[in-house]
Amino acid sequence: MWQQAINGVFLGAIYALFAVGYALVFGVLDILNLAHQAVFTVSAFVALAFVAGGSMPLAIAMPVALLAAGLIGIGLERVAFRPLRGRSDSNISGLISSLAAATILEAVALQIWGPDVRRFPQGTFPDKPLSVLGATVSALQLTIIAVSVALMAALTALLRATRLGRQIRAVAESPRAARILGVDVDRVIAWSFFLSSALGGAAGVLFGVAFNSVSPDMGRSVELKGLAVIILGGMGSIAGAVIAGFALGLLEVLTVVQLGSSWRDAVSFGVLFLVLLVRPSGLLGKAAIREA
Amino acid sequence: MSDLASFFLTYQSLFSFIGLNSLLALSVYCTLCCGQLSLANAGFMAIGAYAGALLTQNAHAPYALALLAGALVPALVAVPLGLPVLRLRGVYLAIATVGFGEVVRLGFVNWSYTNGALGLVAIPQKTQPWMIWLALAVVMFALARLRGSRAGYALEAIREDEPAARSMGIPSTRYKLSMFVAGAAIAGLSGALEAHLTYMVAPNGYGFSRAVDMLVYAVVGGDAVFYGPVAGAAFLTVLPEALRGAARTLGLSPGPLRMFVNGAILLGVILFLPNGIVSLPRTLRALRLRKASRAALG
Amino acid sequence: MLLSVEELERSFGGVRALDGAAVQVARGEVHGLIGPNGAGKTTLLNVVSGLFPPTRGRILLGGDRIDGLPPHRIASLGITRTYQNIRLFPGLTALENVMVGAHLVRPGDTLRRMFFLPSARADEARARDAALQLLSRVGLRERAHDRVSGLSYGDQRRVEIARALASSPRLVLLDEPTAGMNAAEVQAVAAVIRQVATQGQSVLLVEHNVQLVMQVCDRITVLNFGKVIAHGEPAYVAGHPEVIAAYLGTAA
Repeated sequence: MWQQAINGVFLGAIYALFAVGYALVFGVLDILNLAHQAVFTVSAFVALAFVAGGSMPLAIAMPVALLAAGLIGIGLERVAFRPLRGRSDSNISGLISSLAAATILEAVALQIWGPDVRRFPQGTFPDKPLSVLGATVSALQLTIIAVSVALMAALTALLRATRLGRQIRAVAESPRAARILGVDVDRVIAWSFFLSSALGGAAGVLFGVAFNSVSPDMGRSVELKGLAVIILGGMGSIAGAVIAGFALGLLEVLTVVQLGSSWRDAVSFGVLFLVLLVRPSGLLGKAAIREA
Repeated sequence: MSDLASFFLTYQSLFSFIGLNSLLALSVYCTLCCGQLSLANAGFMAIGAYAGALLTQNAHAPYALALLAGALVPALVAVPLGLPVLRLRGVYLAIATVGFGEVVRLGFVNWSYTNGALGLVAIPQKTQPWMIWLALAVVMFALARLRGSRAGYALEAIREDEPAARSMGIPSTRYKLSMFVAGAAIAGLSGALEAHLTYMVAPNGYGFSRAVDMLVYAVVGGDAVFYGPVAGAAFLTVLPEALRGAARTLGLSPGPLRMFVNGAILLGVILFLPNGIVSLPRTLRALRLRKASRAALG
Repeated sequence: MLLSVEELERSFGGVRALDGAAVQVARGEVHGLIGPNGAGKTTLLNVVSGLFPPTRGRILLGGDRIDGLPPHRIASLGITRTYQNIRLFPGLTALENVMVGAHLVRPGDTLRRMFFLPSARADEARARDAALQLLSRVGLRERAHDRVSGLSYGDQRRVEIARALASSPRLVLLDEPTAGMNAAEVQAVAAVIRQVATQGQSVLLVEHNVQLVMQVCDRITVLNFGKVIAHGEPAYVAGHPEVIAAYLGTAA
């Protein structure tokens, strides 16, 4: 039983970390950023390149990959989202624009690194199995859980306790009001994208390390799971994304055990539908229409 | 004359795919024209493809019946799906339809009767190009006649401002559902036609990327008029062929180059030409006029 | 009595926008609804037109209850409206906007158009003529084929009025229809409003232009803090001490 729990928490930690990025951008801009999964993928490749090609230890390659991801995020915002800001249909056009950006990023990854699955070189990470409360867990799994939780905690602390965090929350509430209060909305949005993409990139590196597999289409499967997570958690809510991420991870692992692995993905979409039919705003999401 | 004939023969399959992709783009247009962003049509296409293929393969039904089933079965599914889902706003609707598409795909992957992930093969190759063109002509005709009708005005109003449209007595849910069902039928028909052209169906050919492709055809071509999606589909179907040579000269792999160009075109359109490539002549004319008037004013 | 609004309450969170409001509009009457900003006038219109239901109270149209019905049902029963912040369809022309407004009185013609039946063409021509006539009535015939997003605010408001009249409603709700208009335009609107009443239709007019209201309305209801503070003929209301106090209070 504990084994399932640990596996579920492990999977859920990555889902949560990925989904938090979605939630952050949606909260601030009211746009679903479908390029998030491409940043997830590219970041994993960057980490792999530094570890395999540059013989850098993972502990250093990962922050580098996060930084790269964050910078890509800022570029994304400037090129694909900012020009659409005034438009009336900005959330639909933003979605399509992010799709375009995702395609471009994937194409670049595909060209540089090819379509095959790549693996981290031997000895990149510790593989020691440990025993925790009667379940077998690898040191790697524990590290991944710890890193995910640490990053999510760091984001929460930033949002709650720093000036930038307050400004981000203000813009998420109402950009117009924030601007009147003197907040540099453009800068805040850029920072939100930086943080969102850095976290998405972190999820990508951790995912790649967790399953020791990095490929240009790795983002696709997580992207759709991520949608289920933010719908369950509530679209603009970071806390919701965290809770829902872990919940979905646990649910998925339990489903595989009880019903077999062919049902694992169906569970996410079943939950997605149920939530949309019964309570579209999810567990903690914003129900009302956002002010301009 | 014989040159034209041989030209068509060489590129017959390309033209057939232009036709099929145009139908798919128009199926997405059905929902876009009343303001709904639905990514469900790949799922409906799958249902139509399987329905048609199963009828010809297992029941040895006449092709016309298989095509009819290909259109009707997805339409029937669209009704109970649409009623709750069309109540959702914007992005939530898009996500719900993505979820539907995944559920359909996973359903077929796990259905042993249809060979799961391997799908059906050796489907009789019954599709003739004229059938595709006929279907396309009928759909385009219907959409053209819809424009200017009472329903056509209502759909535009719903697209621009649904609550205001409702306050004028327009029963928006009924109209949105009708277009959703129509889109499902068209996508299903295309699925059946394609299945009997490529003689195979497999679930992973109808996933999220297929749904996105259809949307991109419609958006790039222009989703404000009924011929826009057709232009987009034609352009984006021919493009990979044209790029193949370019890839070789540039020393790039064709797959990534095609993806890159697709992404760049989509980005360019959404940023600079939001009404699609069919609005290009109008936009250029407006730019020229502005430049001329600025010059005239000195 | 065509429209009877009784003891209407509507709250948003903790805010009571309407607190027992009541209005009576007779057939062929132009009824003014005035009051300081935030008095609840637009909220009342929103509830009557079905945008959201009341928390408490009743709305009767011709004796039948309509509170809680969806907007398109209420429209089909004969109530149309304009909006304080103008909600025309921006991508459509003035003519097209008005033709959308005629939805309820135009027969469905999708199938007939597929077969090019002449009756469909005749119906469309009739709808088009009626729409052009309405635009003439509001003085905008020449702008019929202009996209509304390019029109001035005053012109846009007049198109919105034409659109609201297109379905020959029993009752038209006008929400500040003359905001941003010059004196000539205001008089044009006044004339349209009086004309509508002579044809037996009713108007519920929310306005800040008190002069216009005095000029054009048969009776007036004054709201403040979601409650009725006075109602009756223009002269009576104009001299009512509470009304004067409410307006003087907000003028400061």
